[in-house]
Amino acid sequence: MKPNPAATQVYLFATCVIDLFSPQSGLDVVDVLERLGVTVHFPESQTCCGQPGYTTGFPEEARRVAAAQLDLFPEPWPIIVPSGSCGGMLKHHWPKLFADDAARRAQAENIAARTYEFTDYVVNHLGLELPSGAAPIKVALHTSCSARREMNALPNGRAALAKLPGVELLVHDHESECCGFGGTFSVKHPEISAAMAADKLDAIKATGCDGFVSADCGCLLNLNLTLEKRQDALRGRHIATLIRERMAQGGTA
Amino acid sequence: MSAEAVTVRPEDFKLRSHEALHDAHLRSSFRGAMDFLIERRALQFPDLQAFERLRKMGEQVRQHALNHLPDLLETLEANLTARGVQVHWAETPEDANRIFLDIAQRHEASLMVKGKSMVSEEIELNHTMAAQDIECLETDMGEYILQLDGDRPSHIIMPAIHKTKQDVAEIFHEHINGAPLTDDVNELIGIGRQALREKFGAAKIGVSGVNFMVAETGTLVLVENEGNGRLCTTVPDVHIAITGIEKVVEKLEHVLPLYALLPKSATGQAVTTYLNIISGPRRDGEKDGPQEMHLVLLDNGRTQAYRETRYRATLQCIRCGACMNHCPVYTRVGGLSYGTTYPGPIGSIISPHLVGLESTRDLPTASSLCGACGEVCPVKIPIPDMLMKLREAGRHSVTESMTPPSQALVGQGTVRRLGEVLAWKGWRLLYSNAALYRLFAWLAPRLRWLTPPVQAGWTQSRAPLKPAPQSLRAMLAQRRRDGGG
Ligand code: SF4
Repeated sequence: MKPNPAATQVYLFATCVIDLFSPQSGLDVVDVLERLGVTVHFPESQTCCGQPGYTTGFPEEARRVAAAQLDLFPEPWPIIVPSGSCGGMLKHHWPKLFADDAARRAQAENIAARTYEFTDYVVNHLGLELPSGAAPIKVALHTSCSARREMNALPNGRAALAKLPGVELLVHDHESECCGFGGTFSVKHPEISAAMAADKLDAIKATGCDGFVSADCGCLLNLNLTLEKRQDALRGRHIATLIRERMAQGGTA
Repeated sequence: MSAEAVTVRPEDFKLRSHEALHDAHLRSSFRGAMDFLIERRALQFPDLQAFERLRKMGEQVRQHALNHLPDLLETLEANLTARGVQVHWAETPEDANRIFLDIAQRHEASLMVKGKSMVSEEIELNHTMAAQDIECLETDMGEYILQLDGDRPSHIIMPAIHKTKQDVAEIFHEHINGAPLTDDVNELIGIGRQALREKFGAAKIGVSGVNFMVAETGTLVLVENEGNGRLCTTVPDVHIAITGIEKVVEKLEHVLPLYALLPKSATGQAVTTYLNIISGPRRDGEKDGPQEMHLVLLDNGRTQAYRETRYRATLQCIRCGACMNHCPVYTRVGGLSYGTTYPGPIGSIISPHLVGLESTRDLPTASSLCGACGEVCPVKIPIPDMLMKLREAGRHSVTESMTPPSQALVGQGTVRRLGEVLAWKGWRLLYSNAALYRLFAWLAPRLRWLTPPVQAGWTQSRAPLKPAPQSLRAMLAQRRRDGGG
């Protein structure tokens, strides 16, 4: 594994979804980063990127939530976000939220410039590369829409899987289509959202994969809880969980 | 289905989409049709960077036009008038219909032939004329099928996309004298064309839409594939064009990037079969063309979108339909569920201006904000951003601060509910206060057994959302204590 001369210290902005609903994903992210030689700092005062309020029509509330995060990253270290759409919020929407507030906008822009989606960071900045040795597995990849459009998540996700020997990517029908989550959309239009989730899961299942991975915990909650209600044993996991598992199985060389 | 059965009622979106979602046949046929259009479009834009450059030009042309809208409209009117075109301004659909009626009555016309025009749908021209015993006949094949059946368009480019060939066979057999029952598509088209052909010569008035109006030259540009547009604009004695005030561009060359984008985005065609460039009625010595020509310019809420810079991009639209083809919501609920003239993403951002936010309140939220629409829009309208702004407008009265500032929209604040406002204030309080949030993150896992089994819409199709037994911060603290990391 290549040591990374540029940055050995990073911040983790774990997101509210991971903190409360999917902490194992967060732990796996930390573990993978550490195995790749990085020291991870978790600012204790972090809460949420503000996206739920922002997309529902409450930008002022979102601004207040986002403002509470601005002081948490004083060192010039990269900020790793293990949920693509939240990463997009920091990178693209925080600067817009503070358009009228010069001091905060400067802070937001500074943060945006060093915000990385987890997969992007491990593939393109840490040079993730595992030796072969782990058991073969077939996975499908779901990329969150905002992550794909704002954070280039599809090529990065594919590149990450390609670095994991034994992992075969099965491409599902309508791969780049939305899983139907969309934050409060899933509650305001539950039937449409459910139809989208059902189609997504049918397409994933049709590949015959052993499981699927994603780097967005909102999509994963939507899809996994739909599977649970369907009493279907298939599950999606955070891509960091898969990487960690492969590291443990095959060693990190 | 009678002509009265299908009404425009955006307030029924949830009901109609519920029905559509349970119509397996409709869902699979829409999906198939949209996939086909998506594929055809993709073939036209093989080079993404070239597409980006082209659509940037498209965006600039449209932005430039909108930023000079009042001036360009004045220039347009002057140049059209000089060419002998009578220009009429209609603030409302009623005004527009009155103008049509006046002209028809002056010419004692009992029949109009009409090319495809979504703005004429917007003003319900057919119904209004029918009420005055004037037949306004659709000559676009898709629109003609719908008119015979008393149905409405479900797509702005492919209006009858929700009809199967069997549907069409039955409609023709029932409504066209002597039409045999056949589901051979070529035969069906032949039957329809034959029935229509006879009407062009008989009609005093031809009606058309307009794709682009060129201010500097006083030219109207109309694109189409069936040739019916050319017939409607040249054969009858009188031609009435109708369109929205936003369709103007400054120069003829500004049409070029837009035309390079429109058919590719719409149907995956490099060019349309017909490109009509109309520069006034027949002049002395010319052998064809209408004796008299009118242009009806409809506002119908467009100035509201123009007035507020935060919504102005909505008017950049060139009505290609690509946003609907790529929309996962539209693909599943179909165009008729929206109950608006314009369905899909563009419909959800323009309809609140045309008919107010009250009846359209469910449309801005009917999107997962996946961004597919904005990504394909040939004039770069930030549709998801517009949707978010309309969500905000629905939930806030204007006294509250908005950036950029905005006057009230018609129906502003219509979905403001105290419960929701308080919920978001609570959310803000919790998530902007680290100490409070830490307490919450400590409590939530411990109270996870209290998780309600039914959580509004969420649990209709999903297991309940339940906090994990331990929060990440707790797990990280534990890990540090254990000496890991
Ligand atoms: S909003 Fe854009 S994609 Fe949709 S119809 Fe208009 S121009 Fe086409």
